Amino acid sequence: MSPPSPDSPVREIRWVDQTAVVHVVGDVDLSRSTEFQQSLLALMDRKPERIVVDLAGVEYMDSSGVASLVKLLSRSRKAGAQLSLVGLGERVRSIFEITRLDTVFDIFATIEEAMA
Amino acid sequence: MSAAAGDKPIRLAVFSTPEHLPIVRAAVERICELIGFDAEHVTRVVLSVDEAMTNIIRHAYDGAGDRQIDVELAAVGEQGCQRLRIRIRDYGRPVDPNTIRPRDLSDLRPGGLGVHIMSECMDTVEYKQAEGGGTMLTMVKRLPPADGGSAG
Repeated sequence: MSPPSPDSPVREIRWVDQTAVVHVVGDVDLSRSTEFQQSLLALMDRKPERIVVDLAGVEYMDSSGVASLVKLLSRSRKAGAQLSLVGLGERVRSIFEITRLDTVFDIFATIEEAMA
Repeated sequence: MSAAAGDKPIRLAVFSTPEHLPIVRAAVERICELIGFDAEHVTRVVLSVDEAMTNIIRHAYDGAGDRQIDVELAAVGEQGCQRLRIRIRDYGRPVDPNTIRPRDLSDLRPGGLGVHIMSECMDTVEYKQAEGGGTMLTMVKRLPPADGGSAG
């Protein structure tokens, strides 16, 4: 798998067996959502059993960023993989609440909780 | 508007490029803070403006980054019932206001969330075909009373 594009908010992907821990950094808006989505969907090539997306480094996310995560959720469900989001700050959590997606995604405070 | 924010509308003219979105977000955030919105309402107003501009870039201008978007922010109303009025005008392909509506959130799919976000976060959202072409979007957010009030 190729490393994330330098323009992608996906800064690092750490694999632990078949679990991918994805660290996202910076604003995720229209200017970076294409690279964000490409980086996320490329994960599925390695057939993960579990994906943990760490959003602790994200200050701001708009609906294009959320849409990328919805697409990943859809792909991971089809592949039988478990997707969790962790480290949501207040601003990022707000958009999930406004769009009612906080009830659709598995959201945890920390990576450790998501991995338990 | 508070003395710090001034009494006159603030106008920004930016290009339809995603690189300008963080600049507009920062300006809207600061103006909301000066008017007196709390953090939760600031988030909601900023998000609404960002989603409106994203829709313009994607749909009215088909992704072209060299077109103009005008943003005007004004505090209107008397003390005790102040409102922030935001006007966002594009010069692109006109959109039939009757076709713009929030989608069903129970349908889990990417995209189409922007209009829902604006409707959910602002008190009023109104699209009109602008004189001379393009679309004028007007959104209004009431300043919650000083003794609190739920975000909405």
